[in-house]
Amino acid sequence: MAKFAALFGFGAILLALPHALSFSQQEILVFLTINVLLVASYRLLTLTGEWSLGHVVIMGVGAYASALLSKRLGIYVPVAMLLGAVTAAMIALALSFPLFRMKGFYFLIGSFAAGEIIRLLWKRFRDPFGGPKGLKKIDPMPDFDIGIYAFDFFEPVSYYYFALAVVGVSLWVMWRIERSPVGLTFHAVHWQDRLAEASGVNVRAYRTLAFVLASGFAGLSGALLAHYIGTINPNSFDVEQMVFVLTWTIVGGTATFYGPILGCVVLTVLNEIVLREAGFEQMRPLIYGLILILSVLFMPKGLESLVRGAFSGRNARKNKAGETKAME
Amino acid sequence: MSPPVLEIDDLTMRFGGLTAIDRLSFKVERGAIHGLIGPNGAGKTTTFNVVSGFYKPTGGEVRLRGETISGLRMYEVARRGVVRTFQHSTLFAELTVLENVLIGTHMSFPPNIFAAMAGVDKANRRAARARAEEALDFFGLAGLADELAGDLPHGHQRALGMAVALAARPDVVLLDEPFTGMNPEETRRMMELMVKLRDTGVTILLVEHDMHAIMGLCDRITCMSFGRLLAEGNPQEIRHHPDVIEAYLGGARHVA
Repeated sequence: MAKFAALFGFGAILLALPHALSFSQQEILVFLTINVLLVASYRLLTLTGEWSLGHVVIMGVGAYASALLSKRLGIYVPVAMLLGAVTAAMIALALSFPLFRMKGFYFLIGSFAAGEIIRLLWKRFRDPFGGPKGLKKIDPMPDFDIGIYAFDFFEPVSYYYFALAVVGVSLWVMWRIERSPVGLTFHAVHWQDRLAEASGVNVRAYRTLAFVLASGFAGLSGALLAHYIGTINPNSFDVEQMVFVLTWTIVGGTATFYGPILGCVVLTVLNEIVLREAGFEQMRPLIYGLILILSVLFMPKGLESLVRGAFSGRNARKNKAGETKAME
Repeated sequence: MSPPVLEIDDLTMRFGGLTAIDRLSFKVERGAIHGLIGPNGAGKTTTFNVVSGFYKPTGGEVRLRGETISGLRMYEVARRGVVRTFQHSTLFAELTVLENVLIGTHMSFPPNIFAAMAGVDKANRRAARARAEEALDFFGLAGLADELAGDLPHGHQRALGMAVALAARPDVVLLDEPFTGMNPEETRRMMELMVKLRDTGVTILLVEHDMHAIMGLCDRITCMSFGRLLAEGNPQEIRHHPDVIEAYLGGARHVA
């Protein structure tokens, strides 16, 4: 029951958090929440051992789809967001046919190329994608009232709560998947695809499943982003953003569910809040890069290894019991 | 004579100019322990790789209960009841012993992602776990269920590899050098387990270099040399077959 109390306390902190921040920090908080979903979905993809360079573009597919569906067809924004996620998943399914003929580095490069092709299509076709300038005046979330709280989406705090709910549910679903036999099979495909296949696992189908699921959640994060900032263009989803996702994932570590999320939160807070407040405006990228190098040198297993180290002594036996239970 | 469960018919496998298997034919009887031997480079493992679907043969075919299985993907072959183990200790080293065997139950209890999200696959998970524990029991690994597979000693790793295969309840298991690196005591225990496995109705085809184990274990032996069938018979016949003696002691550099 201590677990529930901890979860409840954590939830309360997340709800109270924006009220302790300035307006610009609240905006950063919204982006951070959306990015948490993005890195968590990226980890789902890496579970089967494949690292993609097209994940941010897939996020963009969700953003464009949701924006266009609400703008052109007048679809209710939350529904458009879900359809945006579905579109991203479908595009991923189509891409999986050429991409999963490749593995490892070849997949990495292939996914990069596929992403660039999509970005070029956005740039080339002014109708409907708006060309290099992208889409503007994307419909915001319509305000609504749930009785205890009136959502006014002009306020970042409202959008933060909305995003928090969406991201929370998504993380819970991903967590369930990872702890299920499906998740175990993802791990098996990662560590020994030949043995997995000899055990009757359709390795290609499982790689595709992870890719499609991860892309769906990435698309959802893109949709959240699009309706928040109201304007997107092909450069919002370029390889620079992808590098951020990679660094969050690598600095956080991929052995645990929370590793990449930890990386995303810590690095964002460090970069946007601490360094900015400390007055290092010009030097920020330099210091940020230095921290990255140092963390990879001295924490090759990621930030998660610190957390694991802190908990391992105290909770080793408890965790083991919990894991056995979860496997049932 | 019981009907053959597995038929290798006129099988040929070429890699560029190299003919690894050259028109090989033999039959494996249901419920037998069938040995596949031959000097190094004879094409035994390649034969395994073709039968299990890892390679597509250049010519000829493999039939399971009369149905052609050559050319199918490895998981499709597995789903028809032919499960293999690998040379060396090919395991999910980063997963626990129990998780390894749970992967082996994949075909009997296929995971369903929607059921998993809704939490309505509890019965399936329990059944898979029971099956996995049964397989661990059979190989005497029950006490090690929570250890990481990569941390096990070599003998246990080999046993775990077989437990993963057994958890799939195969009709035919292909064992690739199961005794490699085992001490005589471990080999003896593993031989007993294989006989026990055969007695449950599983057909075993094994590639092995340990002649003592082969001769003591197999009901029938096929000997290959340079990709071709050299001789076939029971252990007594093989032991005294002039071509086999020639292949092992005369021509070949290695006594395998």
